[in-house]
Amino acid sequence: MKYLQEFRDPELAQNILSEIRAATTRPWAIMEVCGGQTHSIIRHGIDQLLPENIELIHGPGCPVCVTPLDMIDKALAIAAKPNVIFCSFGDMLRVPGSEKDLFRVKSEGGDVRTVYSPLDALKIARENPEKEVVFFGIGFETTAPANAMAVFQAKQQNLENFSMLVSHVLVPPAIAAIMDSPTNRVQGFLAAGHVCSVMGYAQYPPLVEKYKVPIVVTGFEPVDVLEGIRRVVMQLESGRHEIENGYKRVVNFDGNIPAQTMLAEVFRTTDSAWRGIGIIPQSGWRLNEKYRQFDAEAKFDVTGINTVESPLCRSGEVLQGMIKPHECECFGKNCTPRKPLGATMVSSEGACAAYYNYGRLAPKAEHSI
Amino acid sequence: MCLAIPGKIVNKFEADGVQMGKIDFDGITKNICLAYVPDIKIGEYALVHVGFAIEKLDEKTALETLQIFREMGVLEEELGATTEAQGVQNEISARVS
Repeated sequence: MKYLQEFRDPELAQNILSEIRAATTRPWAIMEVCGGQTHSIIRHGIDQLLPENIELIHGPGCPVCVTPLDMIDKALAIAAKPNVIFCSFGDMLRVPGSEKDLFRVKSEGGDVRTVYSPLDALKIARENPEKEVVFFGIGFETTAPANAMAVFQAKQQNLENFSMLVSHVLVPPAIAAIMDSPTNRVQGFLAAGHVCSVMGYAQYPPLVEKYKVPIVVTGFEPVDVLEGIRRVVMQLESGRHEIENGYKRVVNFDGNIPAQTMLAEVFRTTDSAWRGIGIIPQSGWRLNEKYRQFDAEAKFDVTGINTVESPLCRSGEVLQGMIKPHECECFGKNCTPRKPLGATMVSSEGACAAYYNYGRLAPKAEHSI
Repeated sequence: MCLAIPGKIVNKFEADGVQMGKIDFDGITKNICLAYVPDIKIGEYALVHVGFAIEKLDEKTALETLQIFREMGVLEEELGATTEAQGVQNEISARVS
């Protein structure tokens, strides 16, 4: 019972678990595509509380982890330039590029600053007109409206010394790519609650129909995650495939319309590479032509970089659910959050870091209930 | 960094033509862009991500979620900022107050 006592409502959690246990007659593999959910699952031992034959596969839901290596290398090259102030969310600083990370660039004299919000980078640009201020605009649909607003504002304020290195990725095309993979084992999805709070969930019914796969919009709190799993299991056991909203107190069907309007103004979809996975068609956003002057890739010459992924790192297999983090030979040995070989060991939302931080050093432990 | 954190709207103001507001996250206050929740009122709660309110929340949900995030130890990480970024925040606060 070690984990259950930590739930806000242990009785409710126990009831949901009992329903899942009673309903489960066969093995099922369910994927969460959200680093916050992965963190919550490992932190609260949800995977170990579930029946033995329900497997949670931790999908590519950590934005820091899937930002492609060539974008990290471009960030490193731009950040090292003498006239640049390079601004980033803090968890990007330790992500390994081909040769180094942003921390190293900073220690070598680069002006690398962590900011809470892209609007902070705009302010730095206003205060340093003699410098080029570049913001590393990464993330899923949850983060994109903030970055879109920063670019929109830069244009409004005619901030010519501001630009953004854009590496935005989208959840629904990733779900399609996972289902299209010949090695796919996923039979149901938990959709990321906060992504859906921005985008709504109108994009999911076509995926549910095409792939005959249950998708449940799910929150982050432990009981929310359990409830999402319960709903997926109920659908699977009864042979249904539907979109369900298990996070109604936050998510509605249409999402945040003002945010979507801003996204359509600033971004357009593009094929995008996902670190460890490869290119997924129409799975990212780039700046619209109208905002091209704020595109750091256009402003700085960052072509011809030779990217080299660590030959030891198996994060691609982790991200696709082919292995669990502790099944990698390097896990916890020559790869730790302090000295990561790959991005999944960097962010606390990465599957490898979550397994490491919560002591998952061995395959599935004994059940605690 | 894909989590959004609930906070309470303390005040509203305009900066550079954009609707902003001071938001209280369990004792930590930050200036947040309110452009995506234009009809939110002082005293109401919103989910906030990287400096932007992205959805309104009812008080019960907001307080429960804050409590969970505090227990999970993710509050500081999500609101986290280095000294530099905090300095920027403080400067913004000073400018508008």
